Amino acid sequence: MASGTIPESTDNYLTHTRGWKSWAFTLDHKRIGVMYLVAIASSLFLGGMFALAVRIELFSPGRTMMDADSYNHMFTLHGAVMIFLFIIPSIPATFGNFILPVMLGAKDVAFPRLNLASFYLWVTGALFFVLTLSLNQLDTGWTLYVPYAITTKSSVLLAGLGAFVLGFSSIFTGINFIATVHTMRPPGMTWFKMPLFLWSLYATALIQVLATPVLGITVLMLAMEITLNLGIFDPKLGGDPILFQHFFWFYSHPAVYIMILPGMGIMSELIPTFSRKHIFGYRFIAYSSVAIALLGFFVWGHHMFVSGQSVLLGVIFSALTFSVSIPSAIKVFNWLATMYKGSIHLDAPMLYALSFILLFGIGGLTGLFLGALSTDVVVHDTYFVVAHFHYTMFGGTLVAFLGGLHYWWPKITGRMYNALHARIAAIMLFVGFNLTFFPQFILGTRGMPRRYYDYTADLAKHPEFQLLNVLSTLGAFLLATALFFMLHYLMRSLRKGRPAPANPWGSGSLEWQCSSPPPHDNFATPPTVDDPYDYHDLKYDPQLQGYTRDA
Amino acid sequence: MTAMLGLCNVLERPAVSLFGLQDGTFWLPPQRSTIAPAVDTLFYTLLGISAFFFLLILGLMTLFVIRYRYRPGVGPQSDVKHSTALEIFWTVIPLMIVTYIFYQGFVGYVRMRTVPDNAYEIEVVARQWKWIFQYENGLETNDLYVPADRPVRLIMRSDDVIHSLWIPDFRVKMDIVPGRETETWFEAPWQGETGRHALRCTEYCGTSHYNMLATVVVEQEADFDQWLIDALAKQQNKPPPERGEDLYNRYGCIQCHSIDGTMEVGGVAVEGPSFKGIWGETHEFSNASDTEVNREYIRESILDPSAKIRRGYPDKMTTYKGRLSDEQISEIIAFIKSLKD
Ligand code: HEC
Ligand SMILES: [Cu+2]
Ligand SMILES: [Cu+2]
Repeated sequence: MASGTIPESTDNYLTHTRGWKSWAFTLDHKRIGVMYLVAIASSLFLGGMFALAVRIELFSPGRTMMDADSYNHMFTLHGAVMIFLFIIPSIPATFGNFILPVMLGAKDVAFPRLNLASFYLWVTGALFFVLTLSLNQLDTGWTLYVPYAITTKSSVLLAGLGAFVLGFSSIFTGINFIATVHTMRPPGMTWFKMPLFLWSLYATALIQVLATPVLGITVLMLAMEITLNLGIFDPKLGGDPILFQHFFWFYSHPAVYIMILPGMGIMSELIPTFSRKHIFGYRFIAYSSVAIALLGFFVWGHHMFVSGQSVLLGVIFSALTFSVSIPSAIKVFNWLATMYKGSIHLDAPMLYALSFILLFGIGGLTGLFLGALSTDVVVHDTYFVVAHFHYTMFGGTLVAFLGGLHYWWPKITGRMYNALHARIAAIMLFVGFNLTFFPQFILGTRGMPRRYYDYTADLAKHPEFQLLNVLSTLGAFLLATALFFMLHYLMRSLRKGRPAPANPWGSGSLEWQCSSPPPHDNFATPPTVDDPYDYHDLKYDPQLQGYTRDA
Repeated sequence: MTAMLGLCNVLERPAVSLFGLQDGTFWLPPQRSTIAPAVDTLFYTLLGISAFFFLLILGLMTLFVIRYRYRPGVGPQSDVKHSTALEIFWTVIPLMIVTYIFYQGFVGYVRMRTVPDNAYEIEVVARQWKWIFQYENGLETNDLYVPADRPVRLIMRSDDVIHSLWIPDFRVKMDIVPGRETETWFEAPWQGETGRHALRCTEYCGTSHYNMLATVVVEQEADFDQWLIDALAKQQNKPPPERGEDLYNRYGCIQCHSIDGTMEVGGVAVEGPSFKGIWGETHEFSNASDTEVNREYIRESILDPSAKIRRGYPDKMTTYKGRLSDEQISEIIAFIKSLKD
C-alpha cells in the first residue's frame, strides 16, 4: 500500500504518518485491519493454489501431475491454510478490526497493543505453516487424526505449533472485541441499537475466547504424545484415538461458527442497506447469533456418528445439531422479509448478499442430510461432505467476505472500484462456484469418498465419476478467473478509482459518517447515534455521488 | 411425501441417461441390502424438503428483486420492522420439520446399529492399505464373501491407523479404530445372481488410502458354505512356499516389495527392497552391523522392522507382530527362500 495512492490531501489514517515503521508498529486499528487484509488475502491465494493443484490432479483418472503422497500433502495444506490462516481470522481480523471501532464511534479498540500483538502472533503462526510447507510438509488432513498423525513422518509438530500460536491470535482478538463492545459503545447506543454486524462479532468473540483454548490444549497434548509418548491418544500405549476426535471437534465445530457468524453479520448490514429498508426482526437476528454461539458448543459429536461412539451419544448429538439449524433458518427468512417491499439496488455487495443466501441456503439444507443419523452414515466422509462444507464456508464465509470487501472498500481505501466489473466478477464467481461444488454432491452420494487421489478403479462401474470431476475442475478455474479479475479491478481502483464519498451506499451505521478513508482518530467530534437501519433521511446527492443526511 | 418421491423419479430418468450411469439412481447407488430402502426413503424425503425450501427462497428472492427493484423517485413501500407472529411462524415450522427428520434418522440409525442375533460372523482386519477378512474356519481373503439372505456381522479391528469400511450399495459405513473393536452388519437379499459390490476405505489412512478397495461377493448360502470349504482346502493343500506367496499378496507385502528384482510392482514404484535373490546375501544397515539374510533376520524384519533398517531404504515398514503367526512367518520365509534362483 504505497502512500502515492492516497486520494485526498486531507489528513486520513493512511497519510497520517509515513514510512514502514509507522505501519509495522502502528496501534491504529485501521492500519492493523489493512495489514490483516493483505496477509489474509495472501493466504487465500496460497490456499487457492493448493486447491487448483488438487482439482487438476482429479481432472483425469490416474496420475495427472503428481503422485499420491504429493496429492495428500496438497489437500492437507489446502485445508490447513484455508481454515487456520484464512477463514477463521478472515472477517473479524480484517473488517472486524477496521470497522468495529468506527461503527461504535470510538477512536480504537479497547486494547490497541494487544491488537497489534495478535497480528504478529498471526504472522508467527503463519510462518510456522510456511515452514511446514518448505520442510516435510503435512499429509494428515487438516483434522490431524491420531494415530495417523503420530506415525506419519511429516511436520505435524511444526503445523501444530502454528495452530497453537494462531489460536492465541484468535483469542486476543476475541478478548479485545468483547471488551470494546462492552465498554466503548457511545452514549445512546444500547445493546439493541448496535448494528447486527457488531452482535455477530460479539457472539463470535465469545466462541473465540471459550473454544480456542481447547484447540491449544489439543495440539499441546498431541505434541506431548508425539515427543514424550504419554499414551493419551496412541492405542499402542493404551491411549484412545476417539478421545482426540472429541477434543478436536469440541473446538472445530464451534470454530465453524467463528467462521460463519461474522459472515451472517455482514449480510445483516448489506441487505437492509441495499434494500433501503429497515432490517426485519432485529432482535430475533441478534438473539439467533448468540443462540448459535452457545448451542454450537454442544453438537461436536455429529462428526463422529460412525466413529464407534455409542448409539446414545449419536442420538443426543443429532438432536442438538438440529436445534442449531433453527436460528440460521430464522436469519434467512428475516433477510428475505427485509427485501420485501424494499427498493432494491443490485450493486456488487448486494449481488454477494444474494449469492450468500442461495449458497448458504444449499449448505444449510444439505446439512440436514448430515445431521440426520441414518443418512449421515451414507454420506459421511464422502464428496457430499466436501460439497456441503464448501457451500457453507466458501459460499457462506468467503462470499460474505467478498461482499464486505466490496461494501467497505471505498471506506478503507477511499476509492471506488469499477461497478460493472465488480458485478461481472460476482456473477462469474457464483457460476464458477456452483459448477465446482454442485457436482461434488452427486459424486459423494454416488460413492466417491473424500481425500481420494484417484478413481480409476471405479471407472468401470462409475463412468460418471470422471464427468463430475471434470465439471468440478472446470468450475474451479472459472472461480480462480473471477478472483484474479477481482484482484485486477480492485488494484486498479487504488490508482484510477474515483475518490469515494463518505457514504456511497446510503448506509445508516456510524462508519459512514466519517470521511472515506477515515481520519486517524475516526471522528473529530463524537457522532450522533441513531437507529443504524433507518434510511429515511439519507438522500442521494448526485454531485457527491453519495448519500448525505437531511438535517 | 409419495408425490414428492414420484417427482424425484420422473426428473431422474433423463439425468440418469445423461450421465451414463450403470445402475442405481441419479443420486444413489443400487439398493442391495435390507436397510437400504429405508435409508433412501429418508434421503429422498430430505431431498424433497431441501428442494422445496431452496426453490421457495430462490422464488421469493427473484420475485422481490424484480418487483421491488429500485426505480428513481420510488422509495421502499413498507416500514415494517418486525412481526412477532411471522417470526414465531418461521421458527416453529422448521422446528417441526427437523424434529420429524431427527426422528426418522434416529429410527434408521438404531436399526443400522442393532445386530440381529443369528448373524453370521466375519472378522475384518484393516491395515494400510489392505482388507483381510477372516472366516470361522480360519480361511482368509482380501475380498469379502458373504451368504445372501442372512444377516452378516463384521467384527473389525485395525492394525495401524483409523480406517473406515464402506459398502455404498449396502448403505453401510463404520470406522475401524486401532485399540478397540467396532462392528457393523448388513443383510444382502439374493438378486438371482452372484452379487459384486465395491467396498472402500473412507477414513483417510495415508498414501494408498484411495486404493484400499475390495469387492463384496454375495453368494447363495449353500454355495457360500461350499466355497468356504473348498477355498480353505485349496489354501491348505499348497506347499509352504506357495502359501507364503499367498500371504505376501494377502498381507500387502506386495505393496512395498517386488519379487522380480525391480523397484516396482505392476508398473507402480514401491519403497521396499525386492525379495528376489536376497536369501543368503549379506545386507548393510543404517542402524546396525552387516547381517546375513537368514531365518532369524527375516523373522526380525517382519516382527520388528525398525531394528535393522536396510541402507538406502526408508523406515516405512510397520510391524506384523500379533498379526502373522509363527507358522505363517515360516511360510513367508519359505517363499523368500524359493526366490533364490
Ligand atoms: C509399507 C511398505 C512395506 C510393507 C507393506 C512391507 N514392507 Fe517389508 N520393508 C519395507 C521397507 C521400506 C524395507 C527396507 C527398510 C527396512 O529394512 O526396514 C523393508 C524390509 C523388509 C525386509 C528386509 C529386506 C532386506 O532386503 O533386508 C523383509 C524381509 C521384509 N521387509 C518383509 C516384509 C514382509 C514379509 C511383508 C508383508 C508381511 C512386508 N515386508 C511388508 C517396506 C514394507
Ligand atoms: Cu460440526
Ligand atoms: Cu484405510
